[in-house]
Amino acid sequence: MSTVAFAETHDDPNTLRASSRSWSGPASKRIVTGYGFWIFILSDMVMFSAFFASYAVLVGQTAGGPSGRDLFDLRSVAMETGFLLASSFTCGLATISADARQTTWFQLAMAVTCVFGLAFLILEGREFAALVTQGAGPTRSAFLSAFFTLVGCHGLHVSAGILWLLTMMAQVFTKGFRPDIQRRILCFALFWHALDIIWIAVFTIVYLLGSAA
Amino acid sequence: MNILDPQGPIGIAEKTILIDSVAIMLAIVVPTIVAIFAFAYWFRASNAKAAHLPDWEYSGRIELVVWSIPTLTVILLGGVAWIGAHELDPAKAIDGPSPPLTIQAVSLDWKWLFIYPDQKIATINTLTVPAGVPLQFQLTSASVMNAFFIPQLGSLIYTMNGMTTRLNLRADKPGTLQGLSGHFSGDGFSDMHFDVHVVPSEEFSKWAQDGSQVEKSLDEHSYEQIAKPSMKNEPAIYRLADPDLFRSIATQKIPSSPGAPSGVIGAALPGVADVR
Amino acid sequence: MFGKLTWAAIPIDQPIPMIASGVVALAILAILAWVVIKGHLPYLWHEWITSVDHKRIGVMYTLLAMVMLLRGFADAIMMRAQQSVAFHSQGFLPPEHYDQIFSAHGTIMIFFVAMPFVIGLMNLVVPLQLGVRDVAFPTLNSVGFWLTATGALLVNISLVVGEFARTGWLPYPPLSELAYSPGVGVDYYLWSLQIAGVGTLVSGINLVTTVLKVRTRGMTYLRMPMFCWTALATNLLIVAAFPILTATLAMLLLDRYLGFHFFTNDGGGNMMMFMNLIWAWGHPEVYILVLPAFGIFSEVVSTFSGKPLFGYRSMVLATMAICVISFMVWLHHFFTMGAGPDVNAIFGIASMIIAVPTGVKIYNWLFTMYGGRVRFETPLLWSIGFMVTFIIGGLTGVLLAVPPADFVLHNSLFLVAHFHNVIIGGVLFGAFAGYTYWFPKAFGFKLHEGLGQAAFWCWQVGFYVAFMPLYAVGLLGMTRRMQHYDVPEWHPWLIVAGFGAALILCGIVFQILQLVVSIRQRARLADKTGDPWDGRSLEWATSSPPPVFNFAVLPDVSGEDAFWRIKKRAAEGTVSDEKPEYRDIEMPRNSPTGFVCAFFATMMGFALIWHIWWMVAAGAIGAFATFIVFAWRDHDEYVIPADEVARIDRSSNAQRQAILSAQAAR
Repeated sequence: MSTVAFAETHDDPNTLRASSRSWSGPASKRIVTGYGFWIFILSDMVMFSAFFASYAVLVGQTAGGPSGRDLFDLRSVAMETGFLLASSFTCGLATISADARQTTWFQLAMAVTCVFGLAFLILEGREFAALVTQGAGPTRSAFLSAFFTLVGCHGLHVSAGILWLLTMMAQVFTKGFRPDIQRRILCFALFWHALDIIWIAVFTIVYLLGSAA
Repeated sequence: MNILDPQGPIGIAEKTILIDSVAIMLAIVVPTIVAIFAFAYWFRASNAKAAHLPDWEYSGRIELVVWSIPTLTVILLGGVAWIGAHELDPAKAIDGPSPPLTIQAVSLDWKWLFIYPDQKIATINTLTVPAGVPLQFQLTSASVMNAFFIPQLGSLIYTMNGMTTRLNLRADKPGTLQGLSGHFSGDGFSDMHFDVHVVPSEEFSKWAQDGSQVEKSLDEHSYEQIAKPSMKNEPAIYRLADPDLFRSIATQKIPSSPGAPSGVIGAALPGVADVR
Repeated sequence: MFGKLTWAAIPIDQPIPMIASGVVALAILAILAWVVIKGHLPYLWHEWITSVDHKRIGVMYTLLAMVMLLRGFADAIMMRAQQSVAFHSQGFLPPEHYDQIFSAHGTIMIFFVAMPFVIGLMNLVVPLQLGVRDVAFPTLNSVGFWLTATGALLVNISLVVGEFARTGWLPYPPLSELAYSPGVGVDYYLWSLQIAGVGTLVSGINLVTTVLKVRTRGMTYLRMPMFCWTALATNLLIVAAFPILTATLAMLLLDRYLGFHFFTNDGGGNMMMFMNLIWAWGHPEVYILVLPAFGIFSEVVSTFSGKPLFGYRSMVLATMAICVISFMVWLHHFFTMGAGPDVNAIFGIASMIIAVPTGVKIYNWLFTMYGGRVRFETPLLWSIGFMVTFIIGGLTGVLLAVPPADFVLHNSLFLVAHFHNVIIGGVLFGAFAGYTYWFPKAFGFKLHEGLGQAAFWCWQVGFYVAFMPLYAVGLLGMTRRMQHYDVPEWHPWLIVAGFGAALILCGIVFQILQLVVSIRQRARLADKTGDPWDGRSLEWATSSPPPVFNFAVLPDVSGEDAFWRIKKRAAEGTVSDEKPEYRDIEMPRNSPTGFVCAFFATMMGFALIWHIWWMVAAGAIGAFATFIVFAWRDHDEYVIPADEVARIDRSSNAQRQAILSAQAAR
């Protein structure tokens, strides 16, 4: 969209001084879609911050049960982190392939992303299962409730992300890189990277600080 | 119950703040309301005499005034709020000619338990206090949230399980006041009220003396019976057998009491004693 | 097979819910039968249920709000009747029923009346005011509406199947925990709001994106009508606040369903965290509701004074200031929890600070009238009524922000009077003003003026008669939510309040009459100009009702009050002669996605409430399948050819051009 073409230059006092150029009309679909999805991600982050806040409030409420220091296995969590970060990288590769309209590379990068995501989920599932079997399930104490909810909510997002990833692969397979599918790939990539950002916060606040305390 | 007819220093101070704040605000609110009617009436479409300024939309001077009026009011009221919040902090002890009386209040489903640890008595749904003596309340809840409120003495405060809140009040004149729960707590909520008998000090001592000799005693076991959900409990008085009862409740050494079983409408409250 | 659901869940022995739901069920059946017999079903399906047109969705939101207003008001009048008679007696409602009624009243009025009303008006008007053809995400918009409707439906199902929450409109734990509320009431509350909350969030994202990215050429931020600004602020608040609600309710659900310990008495749970979280959403929510109303009043006062809004930039600043500060005041909802004096004082002062931009707004409306030619038609009456009433509500609000005053007024009927004062006097009057003001835009005919004024006076007087006594009785120490009482001083006030509710009922009857009479007399009340009030913003630049594409050619905006400028130029005869250049228009296709999603959401919500796990799974799979099918569609747009656009536009323009020139001549 060309801004210059419609730029108005009358001395209108109501134009924002910061952008002396006038608004050139509705933005393109790609921008609108990406922007809207970005706002959704912000709202999702607000939801996560509510879970983070509840975790911070309840972290000391172990009700006589185990604390994070007794429970967390940093080695496994470090591996989870590695998988998720790697999947973000491959997701980036998938976006580049989609922009270049390289179907094979796109499918390959998405498949690898999916494998990394699943590996993350399996490790997380094993961690949860181990906690529950040693009597440290979410019903044990407020601390564990908050822990399972925060980390589990991220895990649910990753699971939903994988379902979405598979449908994107199927869509590209059947319909190719249509503009609307390109827009969805953009949204998916935003979503997947956002999960990474949230995981960094989980890793730092829950696991690193929790093991140190 | 009239909070504009307070019977103690806290209530009186709160009433003063209430009235002062309203007065400060009325000073700008009344002229504004008058102006709304006046402007709307004078500039009615049929009034040819009124000035017509169809493009007038800005005046820096008016904007300045318009932002300053509420700002100045809020600065004034903010001062009132700051000082008042500190002066009348419920946890702040009140001066009095005699040493304070400690009363521990526990909200139960659906009645109030008052414990006088120094007098070794406990009451249900009735409070007797000496006039002119500072009252130090420690409050907790055995189950759901409630709020302790004697309107004519001032300051409502929440009661919550596993926590102790503090409230300081004083009743100045002998008489009978009303207290009630100020936070909805379930089906029996409307009956969680109690009389507050304010009596001269000597009479209070006698009342406490008599009370500490009644037959019914309150210990962990009888507390368990009392803590079961019930409605419309008559006032009662107990000898306090377990002086640490309040602490046991507030620190959850005694687990929180069970709620009333309830299903769908109509099948409500089976097995809840309706003590009428 | 059916989880906790048995025949005992239906309260056969309770005449009030049975008769009420019987009547409603009969009415719905009658309407359905009429629709089917008259053959309107295809029309309803193609033109409304599957519509992704923002105007249609806006109308459906508003309709939902008005229907639910009747339900919420039925609860209100029962409560007022109960408190009028329950002196030294149990009244006619036992506590377990009364408690459900006040909980349902609050929940319905906030989530299913006020919210859909303002969201409906924003949906209808914002794209028109921005001079564009649709919102950013039309299908998502329809999903949002239908999920809100799902929430409303679940709340109403609770009337017949099971029970509603008995915990108040915000279910404070531990009362709302399984230990103290073992029934399904709280679950109905939680799942309805979770589902409706998703709908609201979706709608918020949609409108934020619309205002920020989808505006016509030249519509810079500082040329947007005030209503668009308030819509932007409101939807930003929705996006930032509703996720907190979702998270909080999710925690309570986990406590109730899976034995977690977020807010329980045992296991280290913390009920105070619930209060903090719920009000971190709840206070912004108040502004989510009232800001659009402020926008409506800005439009109405300016239009009916025949003047631009006074201090436009000041208003923008005030709106955005309210938007930000509203997140910093939540603690004033529990000064009495025992926080220290510093905390209480700081939050008290922060709450008062919000009164500054709000006060500025009142003065700006006042000066908008100055030098104007004020026309006393119904929308303006609602606005004047609002200004006066809202000032009183603001006064009592600032009073409650003074911690020591709150110590004696907290949870009293004084508080109840205060928030009704601002919500009825602010939000509802605003919604009614907007409804009357934009009705001709949506349907092409005005609402009956006389009946509208009658409704206004009944509401206005009824409001004062119903709520001023509650201020008084609050000062007499009466706390809220009492099913019965023994204090003789309270009784007369509560009887008067009951009469007030009856007056408001008259107002509602007049409003229903007004709608019926206006529809019957639509030929007489028709508005052929598209501009019945001599409006100033772009929604009046198109015909009433607007064509599906709103504007044949997107308008080019060169300043505030865009349509006013166009009219002025027409009057001065300085319109350029160039013919509009019609082009093909792409519009989104209708889609049943929203409706189908809502169907599965209802199924899932109901199954979750009653622990019918197979049905939960079926609903989840159905919803997912719907998304997949939606994602696989090949054509989501259709094209209206330029010739067709030109034909529609010319035919509506001829008429309106004539009227414009007549105005020019005047």
